[in-house]
Amino acid sequence: MTKHIPDASRRRLLFGGTALAAGALLTACTSNEAEPNAAQTKGADTANPNAAAGKAVTIGFSAPAADHGWIAAITNNAKAQAGAYSDVTFKQVEAGKDAAAQRAALETLIAEKPDVIVLLPHDGKELNAFGLKAMEAGIPVVNLDRAFPDALAYRLQIKGDNYGMGVAAGHYIGKALKAKGVAAPVIGEIAGMDELELTQERSAGFKAALATYGFSVTNRRAARFTADSGQKEGQNLLQALPKIDAIWNHDDDQGIGVLAAISAANRSEFFMVGGAGSKKAIEDIAADNTVLKATVTYSPSMASSAISLARLIGQGKGMSDLVELQVPKEIILASETITKENASTYLKLGF
Amino acid sequence: MSAEVGVKDGVALNAAGPRWWKNESAEGLWRNLGLVGVLLALFAIGAVIRPDLYSDFDWVTNNMMVILTQAAAIGVVTVGMTFVIIGGGIDLSVGALIALSGVWATTVATQSFGPAGMIFTAIAVGVGAGLVNGLLVAYGRLVPFIATLAMLVAARGLAAAISGKQTQVSGDQFINSIAKERVLGVPVLVIILLVVAGLGWVLLNRTTFGRRTIAIGGNAEAARLAGINVRGHTMLLYALSGLCCGIAAIMLTSLATSSQAAAAELYELDAIAAAIIGGTLLSGGRGTIVGSLFGVIVFSAITNLFAIANLPTEVQNMVKGAIIVVAVLIQQVRFSSVTQFARRHGLSRPKAGTPQQT
Repeated sequence: MTKHIPDASRRRLLFGGTALAAGALLTACTSNEAEPNAAQTKGADTANPNAAAGKAVTIGFSAPAADHGWIAAITNNAKAQAGAYSDVTFKQVEAGKDAAAQRAALETLIAEKPDVIVLLPHDGKELNAFGLKAMEAGIPVVNLDRAFPDALAYRLQIKGDNYGMGVAAGHYIGKALKAKGVAAPVIGEIAGMDELELTQERSAGFKAALATYGFSVTNRRAARFTADSGQKEGQNLLQALPKIDAIWNHDDDQGIGVLAAISAANRSEFFMVGGAGSKKAIEDIAADNTVLKATVTYSPSMASSAISLARLIGQGKGMSDLVELQVPKEIILASETITKENASTYLKLGF
Repeated sequence: MSAEVGVKDGVALNAAGPRWWKNESAEGLWRNLGLVGVLLALFAIGAVIRPDLYSDFDWVTNNMMVILTQAAAIGVVTVGMTFVIIGGGIDLSVGALIALSGVWATTVATQSFGPAGMIFTAIAVGVGAGLVNGLLVAYGRLVPFIATLAMLVAARGLAAAISGKQTQVSGDQFINSIAKERVLGVPVLVIILLVVAGLGWVLLNRTTFGRRTIAIGGNAEAARLAGINVRGHTMLLYALSGLCCGIAAIMLTSLATSSQAAAAELYELDAIAAAIIGGTLLSGGRGTIVGSLFGVIVFSAITNLFAIANLPTEVQNMVKGAIIVVAVLIQQVRFSSVTQFARRHGLSRPKAGTPQQT
């Protein structure tokens, strides 16, 4: 390849620096930052005694910086919810690219002694030890979405229900097909990244729910949570199944590509159910002009709820609707089914 | 399958001594025939598994178009990649550049300039980033692997920053319709691929630019002594790869009616693998556009067949891996004599009187 010359290092620095500077300049010029969705947070609720300003609470927060709309919404929601309380100080630490980097960042956070830590770990198992350590140091940990295996490692666990998502999608499809009187339906499934546990849980729930109607998945493709991979797998699925009754697509972001493939192929003999509950998907469902008829939620609004609950924990208060004087230990959000009928109610939760 | 044919050919060729079909251009022909054989075999497997579909002529025609459509964007990238590899380099940043170009072309601000603005932006960003790659490699003297690896990371980061990690939907009807339209039954994306590949073929085989690329990849020092501006040329090769990424970004945006920072995942590996099973030497100096195209189509056909047979994706990736290994093994057998190959691996002993090679 190229021959090296002795004085190359200065050149390298020069060009590397130029490239970096150019990149920084470009970032500064263009920005399309997503606005945090105001409706995904809980605003001032004067009827609720808990909403009144109380003891000042410092909340430390950490979530991975993945290139996915859902994670972006998690961080934005947490920030916005914390901003809604006058008595909350929000301290965010960068999670870095993997579990080790997140652990290092969290160590510095412990040293700052926040009142509560809200944490969406890269991997619940790998950061379990951190949860234990923080709890031992007397800092309550709110574990967001990716569960710690050890119950001693958290004060509160709040998470979505992947298995339940599959179940919700399966029931929607099962009921709809039973109502139509389809005897042996052709059902397609477009999953997300197959190596993730959450994908397997979703598929298992879907399979189990369909089985209660005596149905099964005819063809299952795994995409990558991206629109272009959704388009590719969707297009192939349509080729494999010349007649389809229903499709469940695990993720609304990749669903943009799946819908593009469906519209390009001019197919409309079936209906599709989405997953997660993105704003675009809910709008499509409300407009009712595509095959997308429903989506099952896995809402990033859980980050807003986690901040609210962390504040209550910090203030030693309970949830005002419950009898108990303290916040419960575990909250699993129900996966809700959004259809044309209730789309207007859910639109504010879309991300 | 192709392995068997290839090895048999190799044995036959060497046993029979030098013949016309042993020269360089004929070797490319043999290899392409092998890849066509793989495609036919994939078709035959499909026909056995799903006779209901494969007996329908319209379905089969449409399915071929689907395979080609899915090969289109990655095919365009592979044309650029083939030039870079023939020129003795490698470009690991292509997937990231597609994501960056696509994201930049679909920001609200860019979309307000209409389809021409979006296409211009995608291509300008691709060429620009390609030029940075080229500058770093040719004038900054960075090893291509490192320079483009750095670009891979940086471009994905920049794309994530620009998009705010959101999936950016393209609201432009013209852009979105590119992937849907067909001319005389052929999808526009396939036509774009054929045009790019055709131009690439002419550029490689019928211009001094192409000859210089091969010369530099074969021996950069010799090329320099022969009066070729090696640095300038190398920089242009990376810009060319960036240009292809820009074009592919528009194609992919049109297909998915959106773009995002995580788009075109692992396209760099697909493009390199396609070029290699198409007969491009990773060490440079040798390769063909047609071979690379066949490589892309084989991968696309495998993905398609696995969907139609309802086989899981992990098996599909294993098969792709196996095909890469087999193709490279054939390459090794062809480029040295079979006896040498056997000797090197201790499969046969040298005859008495033949000097032992070490």
